[in-house]
Order: sequence, then C-alpha cells, then structure tokens
Amino acid sequence: MKSVCFYFKIHQPYRLKRYRFFDIGNDHYYYDDFADDEIITRVAQNSYIPMADTLLDMIQQSNREFKFAISISGTAIEQLQMYVPEYIDKLRQLSETGCVEFLSGTYSHSLASLEDPEEFMREVKAHDDLIYRLFGQKPKVFANTELIYDDEIAMMVASMGFKTTLTDGAKHILGWKSPNYVYRACTAPDLKLLLTNDKLADDISMNFNNPEWDEYPLTADKYVNWIASLPEEEQVVNLLMSMDTFGSFLPAGTGIFEFMKALPMFGKEKGIQFTTPSEAVAKLKPVDELSIPYPISGIDEARDVSAWKGNELQREALRKLYAVAERVSLCQDRRLKQDWEYLQSSDHFYYMSTKNMADGASHAAFSPYDSPFAAFTNYMNVLADFLVRVEEQYPESIDNEELNSLLLTIRNQADEITSLKKEVTSLRTDMENREENLIEVEEKPAKKAPAKKTAANKAAVKKAAAGKSAVAKEKK
Amino acid sequence: MFGWEFPPHILGGLGTASYGLTKGMHANGDMEISFVIPKPWGDEEKGFANIIGACNTPVAWRDVNWDYVQGRIGNVMYPQMYFDLRDHIYADFNYMRLNDLGCIEFSGRYPDNILEEINNYSIVAGVIARTVPCDVIHSHDWLTYPAGIHAKNVTGKPLVIHVHASEFDRSRGKPNPTVFGIEKDGMNNADHIITVSDLTRRTVIDKYGIDPAKVTTVHNAVIPLSDELLNLKRREGKDKVITFLGRITMQKGPEYFVEAAAKVLQKNKKVRFVMAGGGDMEAAMIRLAAKRNIADRFHFTGFLRGKDVYQMFRDSDVYVMPSVSEPFGISPLEAMEMGVPSIISKQSGCAEILDNVIKMDYWDIDAMADAMHALVSYPALHSELRDKGIEEIHQITWEKAGKKVIDIYNQVIASRR
Repeated sequence: MKSVCFYFKIHQPYRLKRYRFFDIGNDHYYYDDFADDEIITRVAQNSYIPMADTLLDMIQQSNREFKFAISISGTAIEQLQMYVPEYIDKLRQLSETGCVEFLSGTYSHSLASLEDPEEFMREVKAHDDLIYRLFGQKPKVFANTELIYDDEIAMMVASMGFKTTLTDGAKHILGWKSPNYVYRACTAPDLKLLLTNDKLADDISMNFNNPEWDEYPLTADKYVNWIASLPEEEQVVNLLMSMDTFGSFLPAGTGIFEFMKALPMFGKEKGIQFTTPSEAVAKLKPVDELSIPYPISGIDEARDVSAWKGNELQREALRKLYAVAERVSLCQDRRLKQDWEYLQSSDHFYYMSTKNMADGASHAAFSPYDSPFAAFTNYMNVLADFLVRVEEQYPESIDNEELNSLLLTIRNQADEITSLKKEVTSLRTDMENREENLIEVEEKPAKKAPAKKTAANKAAVKKAAAGKSAVAKEKK
Repeated sequence: MFGWEFPPHILGGLGTASYGLTKGMHANGDMEISFVIPKPWGDEEKGFANIIGACNTPVAWRDVNWDYVQGRIGNVMYPQMYFDLRDHIYADFNYMRLNDLGCIEFSGRYPDNILEEINNYSIVAGVIARTVPCDVIHSHDWLTYPAGIHAKNVTGKPLVIHVHASEFDRSRGKPNPTVFGIEKDGMNNADHIITVSDLTRRTVIDKYGIDPAKVTTVHNAVIPLSDELLNLKRREGKDKVITFLGRITMQKGPEYFVEAAAKVLQKNKKVRFVMAGGGDMEAAMIRLAAKRNIADRFHFTGFLRGKDVYQMFRDSDVYVMPSVSEPFGISPLEAMEMGVPSIISKQSGCAEILDNVIKMDYWDIDAMADAMHALVSYPALHSELRDKGIEEIHQITWEKAGKKVIDIYNQVIASRR
C-alpha cells in the first residue's frame, strides 16, 4: 500500500520596522507589530482557519484514517498566540485526533544549521519544548528551515536523537533516482531520509489555478490516479506545501478545499493511505545511501542556499550576527535573548538577495523592502543596536575563551562554597550531638555517688550547661 | 543632426549625450552622420561625424577664394564644404549682421538672446538642408527644433526630434510660453519623438498632448572612460567623502543633500561632504550649511571641468544625486564607472535602468541619510554596489541606444513611403 504524507508548513517571522541609523542606541524595539498583526490575521482568516476546519472534517469523514504532518515555527506560534489564539485551539483539536504529527524544526526558521552548531541545537530544543508544552507531542521527525540539508547537518540531526529527517527531492542530487523511496544519510547511517516530491506538490500549489496548464483542471481522482500509477516499489510520496497555499495563494473560489476533501475517498478506492511520516517510515526500509556534500534546500530553481547566502551582503550580515552567538548565550537578559531569536529568521536574509532573473522574481514579491540594499541597510542598523546592547552586557575586549574560563572559575568557587557550607552545618550538628551525649554520660555516674560527686557533678553540670550555652551562643 | 553642444565645450548633459549617441550609432555601421552645431572650436572628435558649424555656413554671397576661407575657418571646416554651402544660399540675408564670410555669429552657449540665436540657427539650417543630402533629420532638444522643421520643409525628409529635457521639467510646472510653444511645434511637426526616459515620455504625452504611438524612449548610456581617467589615484584622507556633483539649482535638489548631511554628521563625525558645481543656489547652500553647523565638514569646490570631475569621483566614497526632476542624469553612471556607489532620487530618468544603486524619493531626507550612513559604515554594502555597479554600467552602451535609434529611423522612413 502506498503512503502519501502531506506536510503543511506554517511560518511567520517578526518583521522589522523601518529603523534608521539615528535610532541606533536609542530605540531598542525593532518590530513592525502592525504589519505582523495584519498579515497573520489575514492569512489565518483566509487560509489557516478554513484549512484547519477542512482537515478536521477530512479526519472525521475518513474515520481517522486521513493523517498528515504539520511543521510550524516557534515565531509563528508566538504570533498566533498573540493575534489569532483561536487557531492554536484548532491545532490542539487536530492534535487530539491523533492523526496529526508535529515535526521538529528550528524555533525561528533560522539558518543556524549552516552557521553555528550549538545555536542550531539550542533552537531545535526550544522549538520542540514549545511543541510539547502546547500539544503534548514530542517531535520525532526533523525538517530543517526550508529543508536545508547536507552531510554535516545530517550528523548534527542524528546527534540530537532524531531517526528521520525530511529534505528536498532536488533533481541535481537525485539524478535518475526517485524521491518516492526512503533513503539513508551516508554520514549518519541510522538517519532515514524522506524526500519531497516537488512535481506532485507543485501540481497542487503552482498549477491548480493555472488555466494554461495542460492538465488543467486538476481533479482529486486524476491526482490520486497519478499517485496510484507510480511504480509498485515506490511506496512513499512526500508532499510538502505551505499551509497558506490553501486559501491564500489559492483562494477558496478555486475549489481547493473541495479538492482536498475528495482525496481520502479516492485514495481509499485506489489503495492509497494518507499517513504521518513516522508511520510511513516504520514500514519501509532505506533503499540506498545519499551523500550530499553541499547544502541543498527547497527554494528557487537552484535548490541550494544561494537565496540566503548568495551575495556578499547576506554573508556579511550572517557573519556579524553569529559572531556574538556565544556571548548572547551567556547573557541573562530575556529581552536580548528574544531579539536574538527573532533576528535569526532566514526571511531577513532572503530579502537581501540580488537575484534578478525569473528565479529571483519570488524574492521581490514577498519582500516588504524596495530593494535588497534597503533590506540590508535596515537589518544592519537593527543589528548595530543589538550589538551595542550585547556589548553592554559583555564587552568585546574580553575574549570569549577568557570569559568562559573566568565563568568556570566563578562557578567552581560557587560550588566550593556550597559544599563548605554543608560541611560547617554538619560539623555543628555533630558538635551538638556530642554535647548531649556528654551530659547523659555524666548524669549516670552522678546517681551512684551522689554525695561525693555532687560538687563534681555540679561542676560537670555547669560545664555541660556552659558548654550548651556556648554551643547555643555559637548557634546564634 | 542638429545639436547645440558638443564635447569638449559642454555646459550640461546635452553635449555628452549627443556625442555618445552619435558615436554609438556610427558604431552600428552603415551610417553617415553630419552634425551641425552653432560654433565648433576645432578640437572636436571628427572620426565618426562630419561636423558642420552654423557659424561657418554662409547665408549671403561673399566673393572669397579658397586660401582665404582656408585661413579663416580651415581648422573647423573643409573649404570645399563652404563653397558647396555657398552654392545653396536660398535668399538674401544681407540685411542681417553678417561677417566677412557671409555667416551669422553664434555664441555656442546660452546667451540672453537665445531665441534670436535659435531663429538664426534655423535660417542657416535652410542652407545646410539644401546642400547636404540626407535620409533622416534628427533634432536634439528644443533649441534645434525650428531648424529641424525648416530642414524637413526643404528636403521633405522625415524629422525625428530628441527630447533631452522639457521646459515643463525645467520650470517645475510653470513653463515659459515661448519655449513651450517651440517645443510643442517641434513635437507636432516631428514624424517621431525620442525621449531619454519613461519619465520624460510621460511628460510629453500628458503635458504636450502627443499621441503615445509617436513617442519612444531610448535611454541614454555612458561612454566608457579612458584608462587614464580610470587610473586616477585617490587623494589621501582618513575621512569618508560623500559628494554632490551638478548644477546647484532648484531642479537638482541641493537643499535635501545639505539637510541629510546634517543628519549624518550628528551621528558620525568622520565624514566629509562635498558640493561640486556652480549655480544660482550656491550662496544659499553655503548659508544653509552654516546654519546647520556643519560648515567645517561641508566643502564647496565651484564648477569642475574635464579631468577634475573624474578626480573628484575618484576621491569620493559615495555619490548623491537628489534631483527633484531629472530627465535622465548621466553623472551617476559616470560615478559608478569610476567605482563610486550612488544614491539617486526615484524622480530621475536613470533610476529606470539602474539596479545597483540606492533609490529614494528626493524629499525623503531620512532615507537619504540612512543610505549615506549605510554606505560609509557597512563595507559589504559599499563593495557590493561598487563591483556590481561597474558590471552593470559596462552593459549600458551607446551602441545599444544607437541601434534603437536606427530602428526608429528605419520605421519612420518606411512609413513615409
């Protein structure tokens, strides 16, 4: 039986407001709340909420046989909590059906996997903690920001304990191979790879509403037939789409919700199961190893990371940002750490891309900036202020290494003091016990020779009393 | 072609553009160009066009021999040309003030009696049109439109006019009626109109009421600079230099530059600002700089000419052109060719074809200051714009522009048949 896994992606960054260089040092709030609010409320109304209802409906209609995965970033969750809390409730509802698997990912949809391994791991942990707190699920399948993946990232992901990760079925690494199998990472043999089938996903997201397409209009049974007619050995089809495709990019009027609702029924006829990725992977064995020395992603024709690191502006901004990663991790300031999180969103760097050709057309469409240079200038101004604040907490003159060793010493000394204190308390209690024993011992012989030893006794009692009072004084 | 300025004796962008376009057209091959200017000096480049001086074209018969002519104007005109022209005098203009060769004097500049000179120019055009055979007549800017119209009437050949600037732009909406009239007349009589930017094209269509099908945009380009200029050395200095280079007049928005400079200097004292050029607002700008307390970091160089211009570019880190309304604006292209990242206003024609520049509205002082600050503070931005800018400029050639103009010629000639 073939497994089809739907992955719905939800992400919103914290967008930067217009921040001029004379704000540096004066204004420590960087975000355009109005834009964030407006955008997420609109997308939620058009897309997230109706799609959630559709998916709940599909689950019920199919008697809990229709299953899928959701990959949602930490920043998106935070914004939804602030502006559209009813959607979080819907996600809870979905989670409680038992048919929805939440994937792991980076908290702010960041590029930390390419820049700073420790930061990357911290981000993933923060993300998964949030998912657990809200939905009670511990994510088992990992999906990096825009499916960025290479052999090194495979090792990092495996070291965090994941057994499966999703990445893009990019042509230039697959070649003749098909994305509809489970693969194995060559640098981490225990890590299974699920690859997205971009062609089938694009048929929904790009071509569904394109009258020029030769297969237009796309109906549910036609689509299911295509999947069913894939070779027998191809057992898994991974379809990753942005959640806002449904309702926002493809408005309700196109009939996209009806299309989705019809899928489980036709799927059942053709013997196709809609499962979660964990279920799919449990049944299947990896057929081959994949070695990917240079990072790939799901973005642009090139399917690489040039969208975020293709020009010098982007590389410079990333360098400056991650140079302070260690120092930020040592800070206690909550606002600072929050800003650190938000400034890492890959979207900021996406807007700085100077790709002008057709490939880059999508960059301009989503950017709130006039030009990539404006994006760079704005980000760097914000970063300059951020760095000023980090400086204040940890001046640059102290080398990071030196800083670490100093902190280590301080921590050790703190430990020492704690243990010394314990010793002191235990010594005191020891002393008190001994004093008490002494008095008891002294009293027994006094009974035998009361007359003779009365004086001695009294003296002993006095001593004991004196001893006691001394101890009492000490205790005070 | 009828023009008014020609390098090296130029006063504005018109001369540079005329020269560049002519050279570019010539490079496309199969073109014979006769370029008429009021007053050639003899040091113009001659390889690609036959330069005819209006001041050397007789409008009344004078009995002079070859040697005399050679001695008088031999350095700017081949004597045979003079005699050919003399053969085609069509009316007796002896009532006018003429020199010993029967020619009218021209200043070659923009004197107070400019309208009189334009009229005289069109008289001379009659003689030239009758002498020099041509397929197309091309008139650069309003000063030569009457000449072009006259030539068209004489020869029956199609007239293409080239709008480098419009009176509407120059006067910010309050045009001089006479000049406006000349421009409108030229546009009406032309078979086709070329504008240097979409901005200007819009003005021609909307403000002069011309049929859009008759107007085409051919963006200006930039002449590749000589190695000598590219190899100029930068003068020593620790501070960053941000430069404004152009006429200090209302149209160029100098006051916005000064205000933005004041903002930048509040935060960063290691920058110097230069305003290079002359103009009617120069004194006002000096006063404004003093008023904003930045006179110690704000420098005025006066009008720069020739190599000095390029040395100024070489010494600059940033070039700013905050023009209120610029039909095209070749100077940012030259700055970029010298490796200086540019900040230009969205209201300039060149913004339509440049990507590797920072653009903002001319009144947005905050954005201008922010851009200036970013270019001097973030080296990555500076080097990216500098390197990508040079690449982009190399793609903007007069040959391409010339090709477009030739296509228009062919179109116009074909429709006349």
